[in-house]
Amino acid sequence: MKALRYTALTVVAFFFLLPFYLVLRNGLALESEITAADWTWWPSEIHWENFAELFNDPAVPLLRSMLNSLVVAVLQTVGQLLLCSLAGYGLARIPYRFSNVVLYLVVATLMIPAAVTFVPSFVVVSTLGWISDLRGLVIPGLFSGFTAFLFRQYFLTFPRELEEAARIDGLGHWGTFWRIVVPNSRGFFAALGVISFVTSWNQFLWPLVIAQDQDSWTVQVALSTFLTAQSLNLHELFLAAAVSITPLVVVFVALQRFLVRGVTETGIKG
Amino acid sequence: MTRTFWLFVGPFFLGLLVFVYVPIGWSVLLSFFDARNTVTPTTFMGFDNYADMLTDGPFLESLGTFSVFAAFVVPLTFVLALALALLVNGIRFMQAFFRSVFFLPFACSYVVASLVWKLSLFNGVRYGLANTVLGWFGADPIAWTVTPPWYWLVLVTLRLWLQLGFYMILFIAGLQRIPHHLYEAAWIDGARPWQALRHITLPQLRTTSVAVLLLLLIAAYQAFDEFYNVLGSGPFGRPPLVYLYYTSLGSGGQDFGHGSAGAVILSLLIAGVTLVQGRVFTR
Repeated sequence: MKALRYTALTVVAFFFLLPFYLVLRNGLALESEITAADWTWWPSEIHWENFAELFNDPAVPLLRSMLNSLVVAVLQTVGQLLLCSLAGYGLARIPYRFSNVVLYLVVATLMIPAAVTFVPSFVVVSTLGWISDLRGLVIPGLFSGFTAFLFRQYFLTFPRELEEAARIDGLGHWGTFWRIVVPNSRGFFAALGVISFVTSWNQFLWPLVIAQDQDSWTVQVALSTFLTAQSLNLHELFLAAAVSITPLVVVFVALQRFLVRGVTETGIKG
Repeated sequence: MTRTFWLFVGPFFLGLLVFVYVPIGWSVLLSFFDARNTVTPTTFMGFDNYADMLTDGPFLESLGTFSVFAAFVVPLTFVLALALALLVNGIRFMQAFFRSVFFLPFACSYVVASLVWKLSLFNGVRYGLANTVLGWFGADPIAWTVTPPWYWLVLVTLRLWLQLGFYMILFIAGLQRIPHHLYEAAWIDGARPWQALRHITLPQLRTTSVAVLLLLLIAAYQAFDEFYNVLGSGPFGRPPLVYLYYTSLGSGGQDFGHGSAGAVILSLLIAGVTLVQGRVFTR
């Protein structure tokens, strides 16, 4: 019974790792070997010089697009955590006559996923003149009703005694939030932050719509352009894909605990 | 208190108005007008744009494409993710390893997966891996991504690979919340493993299952990346967002009137599904 279980798991694991292996195999081989009639599981020789070829190819703005992706993902993660946690705390803890109305307006946006409204969002961003602009890539994604709602639900369960102790020490809401609530919620912030970073790095539709000039491409847009135009050597394309997932594999290995928590927080309560 | 409240909520709420509510409002407005290559309304059209979209073949076809896709992807992901969760949750040795392996594709983008599926795994020429395997059995190569119904195999396996780990994590979290004494009581009563699964595990996973189904359906509804990258601008296999993209932002011409009408219809559909599902399952 146990042997059967492990056999099943191993077979599935093989298929799950296969695509990663294909990326590396194709990225480090020569064109002739990738397209050879006879399948080889590993190139006869590993062509490390493919890296130099990829990074020196003036037609492939890989480093530039990775930098764009990094800037967008970092700004979006930090901005979203900041704005949504403040809003979530205000909605959870600060008494205000119309607080319920505001909450309803936030919750109402949960019913319509942002991707469905990319046409109207594009209309607004183009009116603002933010096409092919960092602002257009980052700012519209900051105001996630979903994240604000998750923060509100989380802060509702924050131990009130801690906040009351801070109040007795003379801290206002603002001081309590920054000195007591945030430092005691690091795990939750990390969980949502990691999810936000991964989502932002991997998002495709919005950057495709906004980043029209090559200088503003994110790495996903760059890869997709070469994939759909088939204008690049296979080994360069696969090596670029390998390079593009490296930052996330690092995040995955280093922060998997938070990633798993983030998935459960965002998945179940959604 | 009013000032403090807005100090916290104000910046976010302002952004929500500008980047969520204004676009939706503007879109509803544009949907009643003719707006080609411009984002300002020109001629009032009444409900013509809506009528066009709802009688227009391609838009309805895109909803059909979504339905076929969802009919495969939603149940398959659900069952396989649950199976993986049960398998992984039931072992001790190497549990973390297997869990990480199945979750690892979550770090991968749909664009990268499309690249692997289109140019390596399901490459239509002889050196593609799937065709190589077919060749071992003496079968002819198949042009996977341009031949119906084979392209469905490409798209469905791609999405399974990318999202199974995510839902497996959700199911594992659900499994770990089931109180252990329920199983102990069942063992004492002489229940067999499949009876425990049927009468304890599945009912206890009800909340998780509902959440997973809703998430899967919404995710399938928003499918864009793999269709765009694997199928390109081909004539078939255009789900709603891909169709909307080509109508309003593709090289064919920027028709924001019809695009907005389409966006409004899609939003209403998905809001309706969310509401109904929420009603039905939270009772």
